[in-house]
Amino acid sequence: MRHTISILVENRFGVLTRVAGMFSGRGFNIDSLNVAPTNDPSTSRMTIVVRGDDTVLEQVTKQLHKLIDVIEIQDFRDGGYVDRELVMLRVNADSENRSEVMQICDIFRAKIVDVQPKRLAIEITGNESKISKFLRLMENFGISDLTRTGRVAMARVE
Amino acid sequence: MKTTTTSKTAKLHPGPERGETMNGAEILVASLEREGVEVIFAYPGGASMPIHQALTRSKIIRTILPRHEQGGVFAAGGYGRATGKAGVCMATSGPGATNLVTGIADAYMDSIPLVAITGQVPQEMIGRGAFQETDFFGMTLPVVKHSYLVMDIHEIPRVVKEAFHIAQTGRPGPVVIDVPKNIQNQTAQPIFPPDLTLRGYDLPPHADPVALNEVIGLIKSAHRPMIYAGGGIISSHAAGELLEFAERTQIPVATTLMGIGGFPEDHPLSLKWLGMHGTVYANCAVNESDLLLALGVRFDDRVTGKVEKFAEHGTIVHIDIDFSELNKNKVVRLPIHSDIKYALTELNRLLSEGGYERHSSKFTLHGKWFNQVQQWKERYPLDFQDTEDLIQPQYVVRLLNDMTKGDAIITTGVGQHQMWAGQYYQFKEPRQFLTSAGLGAMGFGFPAALGAKVAHPDRQVIDIDGDGSFLMNVQELACAHIEGIGAKVIILNNQHLGMVVQWEDRFYNSNRGHTFLGDPRDRARIYPDYVQLCTGFGVPCERVVHKKDLRAALQRMLDSDECYVLDIMVPYTEHVLPMIPAGKTYRDIIIDERHGKFEG
Repeated sequence: MRHTISILVENRFGVLTRVAGMFSGRGFNIDSLNVAPTNDPSTSRMTIVVRGDDTVLEQVTKQLHKLIDVIEIQDFRDGGYVDRELVMLRVNADSENRSEVMQICDIFRAKIVDVQPKRLAIEITGNESKISKFLRLMENFGISDLTRTGRVAMARVE
Repeated sequence: MKTTTTSKTAKLHPGPERGETMNGAEILVASLEREGVEVIFAYPGGASMPIHQALTRSKIIRTILPRHEQGGVFAAGGYGRATGKAGVCMATSGPGATNLVTGIADAYMDSIPLVAITGQVPQEMIGRGAFQETDFFGMTLPVVKHSYLVMDIHEIPRVVKEAFHIAQTGRPGPVVIDVPKNIQNQTAQPIFPPDLTLRGYDLPPHADPVALNEVIGLIKSAHRPMIYAGGGIISSHAAGELLEFAERTQIPVATTLMGIGGFPEDHPLSLKWLGMHGTVYANCAVNESDLLLALGVRFDDRVTGKVEKFAEHGTIVHIDIDFSELNKNKVVRLPIHSDIKYALTELNRLLSEGGYERHSSKFTLHGKWFNQVQQWKERYPLDFQDTEDLIQPQYVVRLLNDMTKGDAIITTGVGQHQMWAGQYYQFKEPRQFLTSAGLGAMGFGFPAALGAKVAHPDRQVIDIDGDGSFLMNVQELACAHIEGIGAKVIILNNQHLGMVVQWEDRFYNSNRGHTFLGDPRDRARIYPDYVQLCTGFGVPCERVVHKKDLRAALQRMLDSDECYVLDIMVPYTEHVLPMIPAGKTYRDIIIDERHGKFEG
């Protein structure tokens, strides 16, 4: 099972290593990890997608909590959150099938960010199911390069 | 009236203290002085020289020169264990720093307050493979509670203040401060902050009153209750509360190795300690209890054996200050996140209100259970087969216990002697048994004894060591002699790595895999010759071979004001019993043949 955890950390030297080292040292698996400063420059937010059952998740959050540079942990278990990921990919598309690719992009609200004679560079944002559907369709044309941010998430607050 | 004035003054000057202009090394030393540091175990080198220069000018801090950085960090660990205050050690960058790693890992495993300071190459050299450069911050990440690489001279006072706070509060642990040399040499006017804010570090938790009431309910309905108490009792200064709790509830207590001294072993409710080499009665009582109160423990594998089978029929309550220990190794019925001293104080209050009086004898509350425990004690006592002339290692410890009236501070190395020291000495109070329990680091005993003796110069501090373990930090004889630290050493010398030999006997058909430490070309010779070795260091030492000579030799050792070593020859064929083989349960316990087979 995969869980999304969002942690607020001190924006300090070595914090990323400390968090990543805790995962490897205790045998937890990170699926994706995203980190960047928040609106308060003294803190950063990390969104981590971790693989494991509830016991693993419980240990992960407790161990994270023990790290002194970790200020706050949100465990998005109950669906009360919005999550997004940004993916950039290069797809094989020449004059013959370019319009088909662009049509699909339209449906998924993906953006073409670069056009070359035989390739298109595309940017897409969305949740996991949207992105995986889109990528499956693009595989038919041939994906030559792909990079993704990993998931970022935010709680829904009333 | 006076109080009002004082508090008013404090309010008028709430700001931070501004120091004179000085260099980074001096700011560091001044910050250490403000934390109440009295002694630092420090070995100099290129990248830490400015700090040593500053230390020569300190009127408060005594700098002790170990002869190896590992000796320094173990001494600081011994100081931390003996006092509960952070032990402080320092080394230079690179090899000096790497030599500290074992001692830092030891403090991490046993939750010991320790501050380890290292010099680092100048900032502009970091990452270039400079002479004596290692990424010490990165290297120690998995074994520290927290760590700092100082990047700005103005950070030093805050970093030092935070480091001591983190090392000494909550679940204690080691903190590393790595200081680049250029920062040590820069000058600035330091600002010493009066207090600190750590957003990600919580105050010790207090147990939920509902959960504590539930504990009282469980105690009321239990027929075979048992307490399993660990190092948390000692870290939290809760031995007094534990004693009261046990006497009110009349529940027997087994400690872990780290918990030794957390409950007086001469108390009728004490079952000494449990686990792989714990007493039969402690292991039986814990495993056959219907209510197990696990207080400040972590369900270590050397305690539980096969963890799924551990105390499998009982309801388990686990109280710990570290949230991550709850349900980590063992899922329990009632996990309570709390500082153990707070929890026990509250439980005692509830018990007192509920009419539970204190009893130090005549335990009738769970009479049948108490009798059962007594039967185990009588049927399977802790004893050994003594010999006429040959000195049995257990005999040495028992005699030492008698001669010191159980008042000494005992340190150990790791192995058979460590277990015998734990088994045959009767510990009465916290911080009396200092041992590398979690990490199991050989070579710990002697430097730790030096650290403990520095902390308690008026007490008898004795390292009960093995010949293998003692040799690992034998160079500290120089530190003991030159610094005039009167810690004593008993080497239980069997010319072998006894514990490994024991496992070879049990599990490898007695095939010796490099476990003989003597001279294979001349097996009759005792090697190395510790008497000569000690003479070279200027430390008095005598070898004892016959039982009739032992008492007088021990007396001479105890009477000595200076460091004194007794090299006591013991047979290597002796095994530490009882023994629960790794991964087995208490039903599989191996006991002395003279007691027949274990029948429960």
